[in-house]
Amino acid sequence: MDLTLKVWRQKNREDKGGLETYKVTGISEHASFLEMLDVMNEQLIMEGTEPVAFDHDCREGICGTCSLYINGEAHGPDRKVTTCQLHMRMFKDGETIYIEPWRSAAMPVIKDLIVDRSSFERIQQSGGFVSVNTSGNTQDANALPIPKMNADLAFDAAACIGCGACVATCKNSSAMLFVAAKVSQFAYLPQGQVEAKQRVLNMVEQMDKEGFGNCTNTGACEVECPKSISIEYIAKMNREYLSASCSSES
Amino acid sequence: MSVLDSKIPDGPLKDKWTNHKNKIDLVNPANKRNIDIIVVGTGLAGGSAAASLAEMGYNVKSFCYQDSPRRAHSIAAQGGINAAKNYQNDGDSVYRLFYDTVKGGDYRSREANVHRLAEVSGNIIDQCVAQGVPFGRDYGGLLDNRSFGGVLVSRTFYAKGQTGQQLLLGAYSALNRQIAKGKVTMYNRHEMVELVKVNGKARGIIARNLETGELERHSAHAVVIASGGYGNVFFLSTNAMGSNATAAWKIHKKGAHFANPCYTQIHPTCIPRSGEHQSKLTLMSESLRNDGRIWVPKNMEDVLAIREGKLKPTDLSEDQRDYYLERRYPAFGNLVPRDVASRAAKERCDAGFGVNETGEAVYLDFASAIQRYGKQEAAIARMENPSDEEILKLGEAVIESKYGNLFQMYEKIVAQDPYKTPMMIYPAVHYTMGGVWVDYNLMTSVEGCYCIGEANFSDHGANRLGASALMQGLADGYFVLPYTIGDYLSNDIRTGKISTDSAEFVEAEKEVSDRIEKLMDIKGTKSVDHFHKLLGKAMWEYVGMARNEEGLKKAMAEIKQIRTDFWNDVRIPGDKYSLNPELEKAGRVADFLELGELFAKDALYRNESCGGHFREESVELDGMQKGEAKRNDTDYAYVAAWEYKGEPADAVMHKEELEFKDIELKQRSYK
Repeated sequence: MDLTLKVWRQKNREDKGGLETYKVTGISEHASFLEMLDVMNEQLIMEGTEPVAFDHDCREGICGTCSLYINGEAHGPDRKVTTCQLHMRMFKDGETIYIEPWRSAAMPVIKDLIVDRSSFERIQQSGGFVSVNTSGNTQDANALPIPKMNADLAFDAAACIGCGACVATCKNSSAMLFVAAKVSQFAYLPQGQVEAKQRVLNMVEQMDKEGFGNCTNTGACEVECPKSISIEYIAKMNREYLSASCSSES
Repeated sequence: MSVLDSKIPDGPLKDKWTNHKNKIDLVNPANKRNIDIIVVGTGLAGGSAAASLAEMGYNVKSFCYQDSPRRAHSIAAQGGINAAKNYQNDGDSVYRLFYDTVKGGDYRSREANVHRLAEVSGNIIDQCVAQGVPFGRDYGGLLDNRSFGGVLVSRTFYAKGQTGQQLLLGAYSALNRQIAKGKVTMYNRHEMVELVKVNGKARGIIARNLETGELERHSAHAVVIASGGYGNVFFLSTNAMGSNATAAWKIHKKGAHFANPCYTQIHPTCIPRSGEHQSKLTLMSESLRNDGRIWVPKNMEDVLAIREGKLKPTDLSEDQRDYYLERRYPAFGNLVPRDVASRAAKERCDAGFGVNETGEAVYLDFASAIQRYGKQEAAIARMENPSDEEILKLGEAVIESKYGNLFQMYEKIVAQDPYKTPMMIYPAVHYTMGGVWVDYNLMTSVEGCYCIGEANFSDHGANRLGASALMQGLADGYFVLPYTIGDYLSNDIRTGKISTDSAEFVEAEKEVSDRIEKLMDIKGTKSVDHFHKLLGKAMWEYVGMARNEEGLKKAMAEIKQIRTDFWNDVRIPGDKYSLNPELEKAGRVADFLELGELFAKDALYRNESCGGHFREESVELDGMQKGEAKRNDTDYAYVAAWEYKGEPADAVMHKEELEFKDIELKQRSYK
């Protein structure tokens, strides 16, 4: 198939950036979207133009690195996939495709299609852990039975890959789904109880400090999430936050 | 006298680790605050090591090329992690896990290291649960287990098909806690490009800031390499696009011996290549072979008709199909180990029976399993005379509950419904058992430089069993290195801060800067990928699933030529002082072009078949095992550790003889 690509080019953080038009021909419908970009870049290199920088790594939908806004949708037109799992059969021959980076003040563009997601890192560092040191003397794993339902709810929350599609797709640039997933994972597990109050307060505070917006329950994040994280976890986080805010320390 | 001192402690196998730990010199807490450690890589091994060392009080600098430590490729591991917990009461023990791992490795791993691995395996599960890793549980709330290939017990812990992800997020959370405390300084989007030695000891690294392109000097009292395997030397593999051998290769060039590079695991069940644009391959979990039957058509006409689209695989009757694994290995059938299954697929495809356009695919068929489960479910539901459609529906539901996520992944990539038509699969490079040589303390042959996880060679011999990679990464990072490194650092409490202004740092930085300059100045006519693909083709053709002397010699010559062409004709656009993915790739491919040649040389010198390394000259000639791999314990029961001498062809081999005191060496048979 032959395609016209409108790609966001931006030299560095300071550059204003803009869309450039490139044409690619003879793309197989079996190719993945990123393999199509490989072909485009190979072509640019041969023409003496600097290739388009984009983030990608595992190319099997689990590392959370790839992050493209394609025709106005985070990770493109398919559902429950990351950009690397998107295939060209989702597009039509002769189509024009718009390719942009995530857009959020809390995730500035570094170059072309690559954004800086270190705000996510700082949120995790503010409380996304259980304070247990490595030692050969933690209790036996089966000394702590966990009801299967809670274990499964914790797992579904923990499936988040931290790609940032929820932020990119939200009209408020809210990171609530991402933060809620981590808060909920620990809130559903007994290991997370000791630090539960401080965790949710710290993580929400850091989220606000980073400049992410608030949640207005449009549910767009859930639709675009490649791992189908449910917005019910946002409700869970709100409950945790409320109870932590209006109860005493002990 | 060998130059290799493996420093295996004396005493009975089962007491070695305990006694060794008791005798290790300790560093007092006040002194730990004055000691810096660099950890390169943030996967299961690097992430867990950095977090544990920081908890102990050392100052840690952690480096990864990704934008977050959570994205290291450990995250893609699907199946599970082994531990000798015996929760299923099936007679598992530390000894059995140890025995299975040594046997599975075709008797080419170091006994003492593997026993230690089995000893600490239980601690790993305890530690991960304490961190909040959501393992699969049963309705009683206790941990569930699965079984994996090559063993007779259920000792594999799992978190659906995302075990690697959940374990890595556990290590990442421990790391985050230390970053927040200021005990770990995290350098994301940084790549180690050189090791710095001062007076023969590893004292720091040169790193390139991948966003700005600037070179940075970082000093430390010890350097830990945890940068993963080198499977991407084949261009196509199940590794991530960025997975590379650069850190491991740089320390090799500074004196760390590289052991058994020829040991590569080629996984039998991956989604086949779909064309020239292919950039990587995707694994389908080994668990699928529990229910899938592997076949190709018996007759060549049918193969050709299928390729042309005139015939569908479901049109072929049972007697027109060749279930070649069941035919060749009646005892194990579709569940033969990974290396055997991979070679059998290659044999059929080489004979022309491959079922897709490229001729490199075989079928993995679930139709029989769907029928079997469907009838079973109908019986359970007490249905009288269920219709074919009802049986199909019930059977598909069972398959979906077991493998739903894998089937969905397949459908997204191939756009075929594996419930209705057989999957197409083909072997792909998956894991490298070889790596940097380390002693019992995980120190390389460069003093003060350690190597852990997939990047080292020690625990899996010539073949790795399923669910053992995660176990080794976390064992090294949580429970082995944090102890053994203290023994070395206890001598460094008076050293004080290490300056980055010394001649050694200046020189190392200049070396890197000259190399980058040289690459940028070539301004040739071909892209980096062009050379990487050529290398991959040579590796796959001559150093892939089956190897022979003639091919290996050819591979060495070809790779050398590709390397020369690369340094004369590669084109790297852009600026060195900016985010430049082509420059990053070029540096990595330059290293692969050297490693690939050593890989072929190692395979050439190992004139026996063992595990993932199959030499066509070393096969059983008659009897039941005719045509199968023939190991040679008399001449090759050693580790080949290569010393760098300039050109890869000039590398010098040092042998570490392997001693098996607690295990009898046996031929593997699956007939």
